[in-house]
Formats: sequence, C-alpha cells, structure tokens
Amino acid sequence: MAILNKAQAEQLLKKVLAFSKADECEINLSGSEGGNIRYARNAVSTSGGVSRSSLVVSSAYGKKLGVATINEFDDASLEKVVRRSEELAKLAPENPEFMSFLGPQQYKESATYVPATAAIDPKLRADAVATSLKIAKENKLIAAGFMENSAGFSAMMNSHGLFAYNTSTGVDFNVTLRTEDGKGSGYASKSYNDVSKLNVDNLTKVAAFKAAGSATAKALEPGKYTVILEPAASVVLLENLFFAMDARQADEGRSFLSKPGGKTKLGEKLVDDKVTIYSDPQHPEMPTATWSGDGRPQERMSWINKGVVDNLYYSRYWANKKNAKPIPSPDGIIMEGTEASLEDLIKGTEKGILVTRLWYIRSVDPQTLLLTGLTRDGTFYIENGKIKHPVKNFRFNESPVIMLNNLDALGKPERCVSGESGLSALIPPMRIRDFTFSSLSDAV
Amino acid sequence: MDRKDFLRNTAMGMGAFMIPRSMLHATPIEVEAALNGGMDVAIKKQLADVALAAAKAKGATYTDVRIGRYLNQFVITRETRVQNVANTESFGVGIRVIANGSWGFASSNNVTKEGVARTAERAVAVAKANAKILDNPVQLAPQKGYGEVSWKTPIEKNAFEVPVKEKVDLLLAANAVAMKGGVNFVNSAILAVNEQKYFASSDGSYIDQDIHRMFPNFNLIKIDVATGKFESVKSLSSPVGMGYEYLNADPTQKLGGVVTRYKNRYDMMEDIANATESVKQKIKAKSVEPGKYDLILDPSHLMLTIHESVAHPTELDRVLGYEANYAGTSFLTLDKLNTKKFNFGSKIVNIVADKKQYGSLGAVGYDDEGVGTKKWDIIKDGILVNFQAIRDQAHMLGMKESHGCCYAQSWNDVQFQRMPNISLEPGKEKLSVDDLIKNVEKGIYIIGDGSFSIDQQRYNFQFGGQTFYEVKNGKIVGMLKDVAYQSNTQEFWNSCSAIADESDYRMGGAFNDGKGQPGQSNAVSHGSSTTRFNGVNVINTARKI
Repeated sequence: MAILNKAQAEQLLKKVLAFSKADECEINLSGSEGGNIRYARNAVSTSGGVSRSSLVVSSAYGKKLGVATINEFDDASLEKVVRRSEELAKLAPENPEFMSFLGPQQYKESATYVPATAAIDPKLRADAVATSLKIAKENKLIAAGFMENSAGFSAMMNSHGLFAYNTSTGVDFNVTLRTEDGKGSGYASKSYNDVSKLNVDNLTKVAAFKAAGSATAKALEPGKYTVILEPAASVVLLENLFFAMDARQADEGRSFLSKPGGKTKLGEKLVDDKVTIYSDPQHPEMPTATWSGDGRPQERMSWINKGVVDNLYYSRYWANKKNAKPIPSPDGIIMEGTEASLEDLIKGTEKGILVTRLWYIRSVDPQTLLLTGLTRDGTFYIENGKIKHPVKNFRFNESPVIMLNNLDALGKPERCVSGESGLSALIPPMRIRDFTFSSLSDAV
Repeated sequence: MDRKDFLRNTAMGMGAFMIPRSMLHATPIEVEAALNGGMDVAIKKQLADVALAAAKAKGATYTDVRIGRYLNQFVITRETRVQNVANTESFGVGIRVIANGSWGFASSNNVTKEGVARTAERAVAVAKANAKILDNPVQLAPQKGYGEVSWKTPIEKNAFEVPVKEKVDLLLAANAVAMKGGVNFVNSAILAVNEQKYFASSDGSYIDQDIHRMFPNFNLIKIDVATGKFESVKSLSSPVGMGYEYLNADPTQKLGGVVTRYKNRYDMMEDIANATESVKQKIKAKSVEPGKYDLILDPSHLMLTIHESVAHPTELDRVLGYEANYAGTSFLTLDKLNTKKFNFGSKIVNIVADKKQYGSLGAVGYDDEGVGTKKWDIIKDGILVNFQAIRDQAHMLGMKESHGCCYAQSWNDVQFQRMPNISLEPGKEKLSVDDLIKNVEKGIYIIGDGSFSIDQQRYNFQFGGQTFYEVKNGKIVGMLKDVAYQSNTQEFWNSCSAIADESDYRMGGAFNDGKGQPGQSNAVSHGSSTTRFNGVNVINTARKI
C-alpha cells in the first residue's frame, strides 16, 4: 500500500469504522516502505526492499476486547476484519484492566518526516556503501556495515471521535572497521530522521581512526577508574534506567524506584544535581511522534530534574487506579549537558579511560539496576589530559544509578542511537568517577 | 540471544517469556483459522514450479522457493487474570536465486501464480544488480534433489487443538498455587508455534514440513515488605520441539534431588509449588562470599553457557567476519581448526551439533535450503574439530556438502547460517549429581539460567542463575544469593572436571537466538547432563543505591 496522506487515511478509517457494531471500536493503520544494504569482508553481502502495511481493528463489548488485523484493503476485507474482531471480543474473557478508548485529543504537528529521506533509493544506499568501502580499503582495513531507511505513516481513529495521523522517516547507518591482523577495531553509528545529517564518509573515518588507534592495546588491571563515556556508550546504560521508570513496577515494589512499605522514590533525589533528563517530541535535533500508540498525546516531559525523580510513566489503567496523570513512555530521551567538547573532558582528566562503545548489556539485579557488559571497538587510557594508548577491553559491573551519583563532568549533548535497543537519544559525553571494571577481555 | 527482544520483553514485564518480536508482530487470527490446513500441497507445488520456471527464464542458475505459513499462539496471565490471548498468522513466499554468480532474494504475501512469478523476477533483478559489485561468485555445495518428501515434528497432541480455556485454567490454577504459597506476583504463559513450510528448489526437491514447538513457563516474585528487597524464580520448563504432550506430567521423566527437574515431560503444578518455596528461601538466603568455587551446573543453567560460549563462536559466518558489525566475530579461527590440535576444553568435553534430536527446538527433516539434516562433531575429546556451515560456505571448510543448518525466521526473511542444537555429550562413566557434589570442598550448585553477557569474540563471559546452593565438604548446606560467575571460554571448558551420565541428560533452549541485520530469531536447544567446573571465579552482585 502506498503511503497515505492525512485525508486519505481519515477517509479509509471512517469507512472501516462505519462497519462497526461493537460497543467501542478503535482502528490503527500504518504503512511503510524502505530498504537496506549489508556489507562485510569489504563486499556487499545482502540487500533488499521492505514494504509493510497493517490495519488493526480493536472491538470491545464491555470489558471484552477482540483484535484482528488484515493487510488487504478492499471493502469486503475491511468489513471482514471488523466482524472478526467483534467475534473474538465476544469469545474473550473479561479483562478487568480494559480501559474505554480515549475521546478526541489535541496533538501538535510532528516534525518526523523528511522528504529527502523518503526519497532514498537503492543507488543512494549502494553509493554510501561504496564510499565507506573506499575509505576502508585505502586504510587497509576490513569493513562490515549496514544501512537501512524507511518512510511511513501511522494513523488511528475510534468510535469516540479520536483521530490521529503522523508521518515519519528514518535512516540508520553503522559500520565496524577492523585491522587486517584483527588487533584493532573501531565503530561508528548514527540514526536520523533527516538523511542530509548523515555523513557516511565522516562516520567511516571515525571508525577507521578508532580501528587503527586501538591496534596496540595494553592490558590494565581491572578495578575502579575514572571514565569518560562517549554518548554511544552511555546511552546503553541510561536506557536501562529509563525503561525501568514505570510507575506500576515501582508501586508494586519490584523496581529500583520502590521503597519499603509500598512507597516509591518519585519526588526524591536519586542522582547527582547535574542530571536533568526529559523528553520533547518537538526537539529540533530529535523530533519524535506527538502521540502514542493508544492515542495519548506525547508532550514535553521532565523525568529527572536536577537529580530528583520528577515523573514516572503509567499505563492508562494504572494511572486511573492511582489517580495519576496517564503519562505515556516517550520515544526518545534527552539529557542536558554543557558546552564542553569531548576533547575538553579529556583535557581535564588526570588519569582515566575513554570508553567509546559498550556492548552486550544485561541486567544483573533489577533492584539496584546493576548491569554488566563490555567495552568494545576502541578503549583508551588518558593521562594528564591526553590519550596515551589503547587498552584491552574490560567487563564492567555498574548501576546507572551509582554511575550518575559519581558524575564528575558533562559535555555537549549529541544525537546517538542505542546499539542494544535502537532507542534514539540526545546525550552528552560524561566523566564518571569510580566506574567498576570487574575483569579483562581478550576480545577485539 | 537477541538483545532487542530481551530489552523489549523486559520493558513489557515479560522477561521470563522471551518471545521474539517477529512473533508479536504477526497477524492475529482466530483459533479456528489456525486449525485449517492452509493451502493444499499440490497447489504449493504448482506455484513453486511457476516460480522456478520464471526465475530460470530470467537467467537464474539456481532457485529455491519457500512458501510458509507461520502460526503462533500466546496465552499470557498474571495472578488471577488473563492478560492476553492472541493467535497470529503470517503467510507468504520467499524466493532466493543465484544469477550472474550472485545471490538475490525477494518475498511477497501475494501467493498466486502471477505473484510468485513476479517475486521470482524481482529476486533475479536483485541478484543481477548485486553481481555488478561482486568479487567472488557464490560457490554452492551440490545437493541432490529429494523429489516429493515430507517431515513432521513427532507430536502426540497439537497444542493449537487444545482449547484456550484449558490453557487458561492450567495457568490460573498454577498462579493460585503460588499466590496461596505467599508470593507477591506471578506471570505465566503458554506459547505454541507451528511452522508449515513448503520448500522447492531447482535441484528437484519438493519438501513439505510441519514443525511444532511450545513453551509453558512462569516467573514468581517475592517481596520482603520490611526491607523492600525482592527476588524472583522462574520455571524449570524448557521450550521444546513437541506438542501439548510436554505438559502430561510423567514420573519417569522427573529427576529428584534438591528440587525436581524435568526431562521430556513437565509438571507445571508441581514445579510452581517448588518454585514458591524456592523464592521464599532465596529472599532469606546468605549473600555469596566472592572467590573461587567449584561449580556444579544443572542442564537448565548450562544450556545458556553452551549457547553463548560454544554454539556462537563455532558459527562459520562469525568466524569469517560476516557478523563483525553486529553479533561480532569469534576467537575460534580457521587456523585454530586446521591445526586439529586446538584445545577447546578438557578431554571429557565432547560437543555435538544435531538437527535431528527428538524434542529439540532445532529438529527438522530438512533445512531451509533443502539439505537433509544430520549430526556432527564440533568438539571431540576437548579438541575443536568443526564449525557450522551451509551450502555456500561448505567449500571454505573443504567440505563437499552442507551441514544442513540454514534457516529463515519467516517467508519474508532470507535464509542464512543459524546454529543447530549444540549439546554437551553426557559422561561415559556412571556418575550421578550426588557423585559430582560429594568430592567438592567449596562449591555452588546452580539451577536455572539468569543474567548472561559475553564479549563479541566469545572469550569473557558472566552468568547468573535462578537458584544457588552452597556446597561445603561434599554436602549441600543451604541457599545463596547475589551469585554470578565470570570466566574465559577456553579456561572454563578446560576446568570441566566431571560430567554426569546419560540418565541425567536434559535439554534447555531459547526461541530468540538473534543474529543478522536486519535481525532474525532462531529457536535452538542445548542438552547436557549436570557438569562440574573447578575453580571458577564467583562475584557478589549485591549493591546499594
């Protein structure tokens, strides 16, 4: 299915809704088109086009909900999917947590669609890969990488008069360069709505610099070190804190935000004063959708303000039960920083370790948010404000809560993407005291 | 295992279930629709022949066609209520060709004569475009055509035929046992999978397969109200390549000991009662003293260590660098294999790959490029002897045929090398779990898998678990908590000092073995008997925030 404009989507959704006989009906419609190219061992390995469309109909009788989906859009198919969702609802057990669908909402226009990104074709992808391969070969390095783009729309409508529509584009590029002897490795990764911000040439050069610069790594003893985390490294730790800011988990006593006696840390100081984290769908550097999948508006929201837990997110059911504002979880996180550059942070470091990427992050203990994982693709020793030499990779065992209490300095936020979950974020480079490395790894 | 699924499942509060995203995003259907037979096999053959002819006409020198119908059912509950019942279906065709020496792939959900012909032509066009920047043409290991054949998972009871009510009743009854026993939260689920796959190739194979998998499971949480501390324990069930008969409790398939463990049949009501006691014990358990311990690892735990430290580094695509940008490479290299002397583990370590094993997640008759499945050695008497290779990789190992471990998660994803079931062979001497424990001065007996992390070349790892029993002077003396162990793969497998015999052999597994960009999930089992590793570094994971 082609990407529908707002009027076309509204017309189609009205047609579907007209078939409904249930107490309540809600329809989500989406479609996207895109493509990808993958390369390894300095050659293209796979490529393909991806086209997706889906129409999801939710029908409810009382607290009984049925959901059905279809990817054909003729009238008979549209009626069939509505009838099927109604039949399923009649058969379903009552869900005590079912919430009646929302009424009409006000949404701001989102800035997530960029025509240039939607216009990416296989040639652009192939040319980008050719650029990246050229840099790899010139530097006698071996490249493996991936580029993926998509453009799409999503819309929803329900029997209470809600209508929402949004378009978005995205392009992702990531590349790993390794030295021919396998002793050095460097990585770079970016994700944007706007392809004009993507600089494959520069990213490949960054990865090449790290690959060549990490080839003579020396082993340091594991222990507690001052570290500078580049944004691509810290995002994979911070997202674990962020994903765990669910009010219900905290209220139920099974979260790092829970306190004895059924209380939570909402409103309390959790981390260093320098930490302020918020989300903003209108942020020019990282626009995100202005409504969530169940129709709730996404607004600018403060999560941690000067170290204090400001808000948690709620399902509509839990917010109703707790008489709280039903704040949805956002699509991206933004952490405030300073004007200092990464180089400034390095200059101000007497002894420390620069971490450019962290990998295979896993929760070890949800009640302290203790995480484990490893450094990867370029880790460097800093002495007297300068990078002295590359170091071998470490495993760490650290909690982002402890880490953000040991925050020493912040730099200028930059857009990054989590290599673990794909979450986009604006995060500053940060210097942390007493970061815990628990063992050494021989991996390159 | 797949990281994005892990994060998503954790965020959704479904950490214990590990349901791949590809399953969650398939199309919901009603129960009855899952039981109709789908497209007739004679029609599939006609459509496949149309695709084979269309590709050939456009210049393909090799073509394979996969017409797939993928069915999933989830029944998910918490405490006293059903959270979700969903049936999903995905149907379509994926066509892969070689033209001008290059691979091309295209897929479509338009499974008509016109649709498959157009898809075949698109695949050839992709191959020809890729051929322009190709250095080395694809070398495909020869494969004889099997003609018209079929294979079905040997199930006794199709899980999709069991009424949803029966599943809901079982889960809610199990939840009630836990709640009555004093746990604070319980999540439970039954997941059923059916892959109806039709494969045809220009080699002359027409293979119809009906593959079944299922996974009943739960996760319990106990909170100490006074301290605010909480602990969890999950079920000792495994995801299996079986039908609903897995849930027919059978005393001959149980192993006693510190807690009952299960072979090819599972008793959910008994396990949840035991887990309820375990979680209450765990919250009061002593925090571990860090140091070196002998570890006695139950198969429900060791399966994940095998997955991460043996199965992944012996994937040939990782060895060669095809996964360098995502999953990583491997400390095992072709050089190490070719020496025929690389000491992976101690002499008692024998590890096999097996795509035929009964009850395993990876069991199929033929892989997704039409190769009959088999069993082969990976580690023999502690020495690395082979990797995992498919048709276009076999020549790189000097082999004349594929290992038969090619897989695509769906009709709309291209097939590539995926790990088969990789398992540790049981000990040859008669040896029980008690025998393994009785000579241990200072040890920890670990049951169930927990937190896991390993580096991108598979040297350094850290694993947690579900329950940890302290062993002192040959006896289990109580439960521990806050336990994780760290080691290096080669060092760890060389510290393997004893393996219980065949009577203790069991399989664990995962639905979400992740690899590739865009990522794909693979279902795989890992078997072993209880195994002892001497002098492993244990850390304490408790922190204060």
